[in-house]
Amino acid sequence: MSSESMTLAPPARRSMYARAFWGLIRRDLIVARREAFQLSMRTVMNPFLFVFVFAYVFPKIGQQFQTGTGTSFATILVPGLVGSAIIFNGISAVALPLVMEFGATREIEDRVQAPLPTAMVAVEKIVFSAVQAMVAGAIVFPFVYLIPSTPVSVHIDNWPLLIGVFVLAGLVSSALGMAIGTVANPRQIGLIFALIVIPVTFLGCVYYPWARLHPIRWLQILVLINPLVYISEGLRTALTPGVPHMHPWAFFGALLALFALLMWMAMRGFLRRVID
Amino acid sequence: MTDSGIVIEKLVKVYSRRGSQVEALKGIDLEVRSGEIFGLLGPNGAGKTTTVGVCTTRVRATSGRVTINGIDVREDAPAVKRTIGVVTQFRTLDRSLTIRENLAMHAMYFGLQPKEAWARANELLADFRLSERAGAFPDELSGGMAQRVQVARAIAHNPSVLFLDEPTAGLDPQSRLALWAMIEGMHARGITVFLTTHYMEEADSLCDRVAIIDHGQILVLDTPDALKRSVSAETVIELRLEAPNDPLVERLRALPGVASAQPSGDSIRVLTASEDGALPRILAEANAAGGLKDMTMTKPTLETVFISLTGRDLRE
Repeated sequence: MSSESMTLAPPARRSMYARAFWGLIRRDLIVARREAFQLSMRTVMNPFLFVFVFAYVFPKIGQQFQTGTGTSFATILVPGLVGSAIIFNGISAVALPLVMEFGATREIEDRVQAPLPTAMVAVEKIVFSAVQAMVAGAIVFPFVYLIPSTPVSVHIDNWPLLIGVFVLAGLVSSALGMAIGTVANPRQIGLIFALIVIPVTFLGCVYYPWARLHPIRWLQILVLINPLVYISEGLRTALTPGVPHMHPWAFFGALLALFALLMWMAMRGFLRRVID
Repeated sequence: MTDSGIVIEKLVKVYSRRGSQVEALKGIDLEVRSGEIFGLLGPNGAGKTTTVGVCTTRVRATSGRVTINGIDVREDAPAVKRTIGVVTQFRTLDRSLTIRENLAMHAMYFGLQPKEAWARANELLADFRLSERAGAFPDELSGGMAQRVQVARAIAHNPSVLFLDEPTAGLDPQSRLALWAMIEGMHARGITVFLTTHYMEEADSLCDRVAIIDHGQILVLDTPDALKRSVSAETVIELRLEAPNDPLVERLRALPGVASAQPSGDSIRVLTASEDGALPRILAEANAAGGLKDMTMTKPTLETVFISLTGRDLRE
């Protein structure tokens, strides 16, 4: 068969894929650099104002939250707001451009035509956006740490745990973004954000530890489908171990399972949209 | 079986959408030779884009086989993508990147080092007379210019086969001519060009060989000249009437020298063989019937070929 003579030797093929993958990363870097200011504003405004109002202004004017955990509300907020920055950015970084590129403009076509398996185009997008989401989480940290007018107690005893949670949080968020981006069309994207992204951030144990939900048992169980719950609890374990938090096995296991599920949905959706 | 060019064997594509099945390709066979400009001519919905889709790895064939330069598109899509360039019907320029970045990033996807890729982008910008708009974003370009960028991008990685799906659809005549010149230029460099079109002038003036496709089947394949000769008519006379007139069609068909007469809306298209006196006789019949508004005479075109094969206009 003639095709044998044309096939690439494995090293040449690996190098072809690697170069194409790296090319896609460079493309995303150019775009991210160009939009850096806009992206950081989008990332920072919400947590900045949240911390400013609830952890700076409220204590100053004597309007305090009872956290019931022996720690300040500001301390509770640190992991929660970092986590919600990660998930919001992970979803946005993939879903928003993808919906346009699939639906209105079809500009994804040139990247799909790059010489590597189509699934790797999707993987690149998820990996790049996961990193972007982690950067967003890191950008938010100084704001939520420094602005509050009450003491914030953050102790990082276990760096590998923190890094592990960060990486998984980024990956889960961008996989969720791709799962959304491959099913939504441009007209629905506002609705999808209202129906998925807003409930996820509000009910993601951002403003209270999961254990404190105990009095509302049905809600405590219902929110377990929300990936942000495990991200917040994971960051809580890593950053503020003094606050009640889930066992690492629980959030790591759940995040891994969610990542596998969302990745499967994302890849399936992507290939469906790209190949007829 | 050849190792170069495009070989399409018994290609079938069935789309199933919402429970119903549409057979877009009903088993087509084609062989595009290395280095030629090959045209797939047919009306909208004939299966042209599906054919290109399968060849460019974007549509999965239901059955049949396609090889590009000997590589099976289904078995090794990445290796196929490396050797082909694609311009689809859509404007797929990366809107987040400038024109220069569009070209350079594409070259990097195909393995060029950044330095080489930027040099390649500058070279293409000069070749395609785009240098002064290098920093512009795709949304700021006219249709003709955007299409030029898409062609430049498609050849940035020096493909040996270039697919152009309706490359001049929606372009103004001047941009169309400019694009034709570019396609000729690529042909001169030895690139195999596979283009689809529903403009018969495009297929006629540009292509070495043309296949006519309709309802997912190849009807004929030959050089444009041979196809035009195949209708065995010297002249195409189009009679424009005030209203359709079927009895007149019948009478025209009976005239000596008339190869065929086809009604088409308010008009009748008459093909005549080379015989003296055919035109006066046709005119006399038409005048006797009344209602003749206008008459045109042309040489047979690929459109004539299509009509004689299908009884329909390409544009219908």
